[in-house]
Amino acid sequence: MQPTFINVGERTNITGSARFKKLIMSDDYDAALDVARQQVLNGALIIDINMDEGLLDSEAAMKTFLNLIASEPDIATVPIMIDSSKWSVIEAGLKCVQGKSIVNSISMKEGEAPFLEQARACRRYGAAVVVMAFDETGQADTIERKVDICARAYKLLVEEVGFPPEDIIFDPNIFAVATGIAEHDDYAVAFIEATRQIKQKMPLVHVSGGLSNVSFSFRGNEIVRRAMHSVFLYHAIQAGMDMGIVNAGQLDVYDDIEPELRERVEDVILNRRADGTERLLEIAERFRGGKGKAGFQEDLAWRDEPVEKRLELALVRGVNTYVEADTEEARARATRPLDVIEGPLMAGMNVVGDLFGAGKMFLPQVVKSARVMKQAVAYLTPYIEAGKQEGDAKDAGAIVLATVKGDVHDIGKNIVGVVLQCNNYRVIDLGVMTPVEKILETAKREQADIIGLSGLITPSLDEMVNVAAEMQRQDFHVPLLIGGATTSKAHTALRIEPAYEKPVVHVLDASRAVGVCSALLSDEQSTDFAADVRTEYEGIRAARAGGKTVRKVPLAEARGRPRAVSWDNYTPQTPSFLGTRAFDDYPLEELVGRIDWTPFFRTWELAGTYPRILEDSVVGEAARSLFKDAQAMLDRIVNEKLLTPRAVIGFWPAQRVGDDIALYQDEERGDVLEHIRCLRQQVLKRDDRPYDCLADFVAESGSGIADYMGGFAVTSGAEAESLAKAYEADHDDYNSILLKALADRLAEAFAERMHERVRQELWGYAPDESFSNEELVRERYKGIRPAPGYPACPDHTEKATLFRLLNAPEAAGITLTESFAMQPGAAVSGWYFAHPDASYFGVSRIERDQVEDYAQRKGMDIVDVERWLRPVLGYDPLDAGKKAA
Amino acid sequence: MQNPEDRIARLRAAAAEQVLVIDGAMGTMIQNLKYDEDQFRGDRFQTWNQSLQGDNDLLNLTQPLAIRDIHDQYLDAGADIVKTNTFNATSIAQADYGMEAHVAAINLDGARLARAAADASSTDEKPRFVAGAMGPTNRTASISPDVNDPGHRNVDFDTLVDAYSEQARALLEGGVDLFLVETVFDTLNAKAAIYALKALEDDIGRHTPIMVSGTITDMSGRTLSGQTPEAFWHSIMHAEPFSVGFNCALGAEQLRPHIAAIGRVADVAVSAYPNAGLPNDLGGYDEQPDETAAHLQEWADSGLVNIVGGCCGTTPDHIRAIADAVAGKKPRQMPGLPKRLRLSGLEPFVAAA
Repeated sequence: MQPTFINVGERTNITGSARFKKLIMSDDYDAALDVARQQVLNGALIIDINMDEGLLDSEAAMKTFLNLIASEPDIATVPIMIDSSKWSVIEAGLKCVQGKSIVNSISMKEGEAPFLEQARACRRYGAAVVVMAFDETGQADTIERKVDICARAYKLLVEEVGFPPEDIIFDPNIFAVATGIAEHDDYAVAFIEATRQIKQKMPLVHVSGGLSNVSFSFRGNEIVRRAMHSVFLYHAIQAGMDMGIVNAGQLDVYDDIEPELRERVEDVILNRRADGTERLLEIAERFRGGKGKAGFQEDLAWRDEPVEKRLELALVRGVNTYVEADTEEARARATRPLDVIEGPLMAGMNVVGDLFGAGKMFLPQVVKSARVMKQAVAYLTPYIEAGKQEGDAKDAGAIVLATVKGDVHDIGKNIVGVVLQCNNYRVIDLGVMTPVEKILETAKREQADIIGLSGLITPSLDEMVNVAAEMQRQDFHVPLLIGGATTSKAHTALRIEPAYEKPVVHVLDASRAVGVCSALLSDEQSTDFAADVRTEYEGIRAARAGGKTVRKVPLAEARGRPRAVSWDNYTPQTPSFLGTRAFDDYPLEELVGRIDWTPFFRTWELAGTYPRILEDSVVGEAARSLFKDAQAMLDRIVNEKLLTPRAVIGFWPAQRVGDDIALYQDEERGDVLEHIRCLRQQVLKRDDRPYDCLADFVAESGSGIADYMGGFAVTSGAEAESLAKAYEADHDDYNSILLKALADRLAEAFAERMHERVRQELWGYAPDESFSNEELVRERYKGIRPAPGYPACPDHTEKATLFRLLNAPEAAGITLTESFAMQPGAAVSGWYFAHPDASYFGVSRIERDQVEDYAQRKGMDIVDVERWLRPVLGYDPLDAGKKAA
Repeated sequence: MQNPEDRIARLRAAAAEQVLVIDGAMGTMIQNLKYDEDQFRGDRFQTWNQSLQGDNDLLNLTQPLAIRDIHDQYLDAGADIVKTNTFNATSIAQADYGMEAHVAAINLDGARLARAAADASSTDEKPRFVAGAMGPTNRTASISPDVNDPGHRNVDFDTLVDAYSEQARALLEGGVDLFLVETVFDTLNAKAAIYALKALEDDIGRHTPIMVSGTITDMSGRTLSGQTPEAFWHSIMHAEPFSVGFNCALGAEQLRPHIAAIGRVADVAVSAYPNAGLPNDLGGYDEQPDETAAHLQEWADSGLVNIVGGCCGTTPDHIRAIADAVAGKKPRQMPGLPKRLRLSGLEPFVAAA
């Protein structure tokens, strides 16, 4: 490592960072450590730590913080600059660092004797030292004084103390320029020139300084300040300044500074003309307020339209900046507050609805529109409540929505809720994990017109059947809507619809929800619509019953043709550890770049592959806007550490035993920790193609090959739920859904990242692989990480085994519901297989002989196994039961 | 033999000419004596109120002849430098036996035993030297003993400085030629020892060379406290030591890359005294003298080392084989590095010119 300019991170300086100060004052050392970690991740070569604050026990704070840093390898990797104006604080810090640090600072302010004493102590502790150009008469401000003081200090340090010259860093004081006081005009020049002379006289020393002082006069004008910093640094570095407290985010590239601004800043820094300050002030206002490049002006022409039009445009564009003012203006003009909703707001939402229906607006835009609508309604509600006698608004219908018991996934359901609300439906959203009793009670109490159920994992399908059956038993008459990732028209037709006499409709996605609801609730259409659906579903059932069933082979035959996994010339790699390892508070930065964006857009019903989708002629604009919002939200998540990713992974000695995998306590491979039960394909295959089973990827017991297996559970953070709720409380469903969708993506990215580390480092069977993100998404790597409940191992109950092995609830804060959904919802778990022949496959349909065998292996009743495996059963358990009876 | 200044001059002269040999394991030799509780107690601590078996350093007081004999065996085998039997002789480590009050005596007698043995074996052609062994103590200043409380420490810098000061004064009084801050697993502990030694030096106005020897505890190539060999060197270079290197933990085969790494950045002598291989299932060491010696011979041939010897599991036979193997070999040449600001966290930092 040979950096030419040594950048010292300054965010852990209590005198310079209000945020860091707040964290330390409130004893939030965990968050304070994150500030330090951020700096290191952002490339600080050294981190400056300062705890100088009158109301703080600075010595204790320095000691605590440095001790904590010592336990954080990702921070402790860099040297520390121990920064205090009090020697006692510096000394307390020096007693806590094993590395070679820099003391910042000592000076001859109190005379030579204390200076020498402190310098000797620095040497004894083994630290380099920053020396301020400060003597008994004060801080050096001229070139001559700066150079003289440094030369005098140098002589004392080298000759009296024996200090190595290369361990000396001079800080010749950077002071503010352009203050309006003529004597200050030469301050920057003095620093730059003094630097040049110091380096000439004493070539081994370093020169450092606190950059932000120089632009102090332009506080509040970030653009001018950044330009001043860049220009100053440009000249100071040429003169020999080689270290500094510089916030890299507050610097522009010298050549990129707007030329006129750069010239006038340069006049001031180099003190090239007497009127430099005035001339910089003249143009400074032009740059005020901007954060980045100057010149951006939002087109505000639409603000000149009449208020009704403005509300409509705000809704269509999803702009909530002016919504309260415009709503107030409309209310003041209206006879009743309700007229605003029924008039301009509904008119605007109708436009949105039309555009959405015509495919000219897309889901993310609609959800943003809904945010504007909700905020306007929230503003009007107190006025409406105040004049209640004026009569209630007539809504289009009441809909109870719920994610069923045992399931925690609700993004899709929330989107449906928002879309329905946009269309004037009253939505009662019961949230996630809703027991059937609560759904039905609420539906009765609210006189719901429709009940909608959602679920993501396969066990939720059964729970939906339960709800339907219970609706039948309690003699409900309202239609039942079914939606969610694992639901399908076929499943609805085959399993749910037969359980309930009234209409049951599968809704493919949010954009269909309004059409379905309005048809079901329309006096004219409802009967026909319901009849059509019923006919369609009956057709599906008939086709399924009469259609030729897929041929399957007996289990014994399938077992006779396993995958030909190659064991010759293959030695399983021993993982770097056995047992489990937890990863707390995993750096979000490592995950952001690994997000697979295509599914993110799919969540929002935008079809296309990232990044091409951003340029798509149809959805490109919506995708870009959504992507921009997603990036901003991601920045917040990372910068404010809104989420705390946690993971636990484990590796165990493993051998195949039949279709099971035995995981052992230790390398003795005697005591079995757990058995993983695997299912084998049984659907008849052409030619000699094998009948796959995950167990085939592990070396057989007694084969003499000592094999291993791994498992993992990761979550992007338990906070997503409460953060999303906070947005919802703010009538901001858009951000709530956005946050959850990103949390899901981060969890997937986390799983991908851990798998990468497992392959390269933690298990280490592919230490040299290197892939682009795109290749990773395409799964080009060796080994697989199938998840229980998904095609290769469709039994969700195996997650219980995995979670026992990992102790996931304690190690990573992830628990399982009674349906084996993970909580928090933004979580991924699965197994690790390392064999290069391992690949993903789907078990597909299985026969009763395997179910019986499997039930016996698992020690479960066949009925229970059939319930959990229903989605993959190749037979109707009821028929089988009848035959057996 | 002459006064300390002359001996130091002879040490430096010898180091310039040859690969010096430091002795082998003290603990292994004591273990082989199979002393029982009574023998550890000796006459002096018959009535001590807690068990003393295992307090090897106490044997300086209770079984001095046995310790002298071990020194003699190593000197006979050809060691140029013998280590005093004072690895655990600090008030911190001796607290396990309630022996804090006897720390000075243990060090004083330990130094005297080694001094007498070395002097008896010294000749003009082959002067022998005594290194005062200062172990890491059984506590860590930069690692928390409690994973749930990472800010906690069971020892602080000042306590370590006090303990090392007491030990160093007694060792010097007993006549050691060098201080050996060894088996450093936490560099902050070593920095406390260096602080104590520099303060002592300023106090008595006499310089005593320091050897610093860290230990790489696992295959990752880092110290227990997480530093790389280069970062470790940067952390302790202010000691301006006579030598730096590594000992213990690994066998020669595993230690080689780390010795090479520190040798590339340190412009002082490099020392290496590995264990006799990696421990076997029973915690014993199986590497035979000729095997250890073959490794160290190759290191000397490759110009990696200035001082070699043995740690856990090595015996006088190992040292004899090593001494024979490196006899007549040229010592490592200093790399002659440019002067740069060199800092460290867990990893090294070197500023550009």
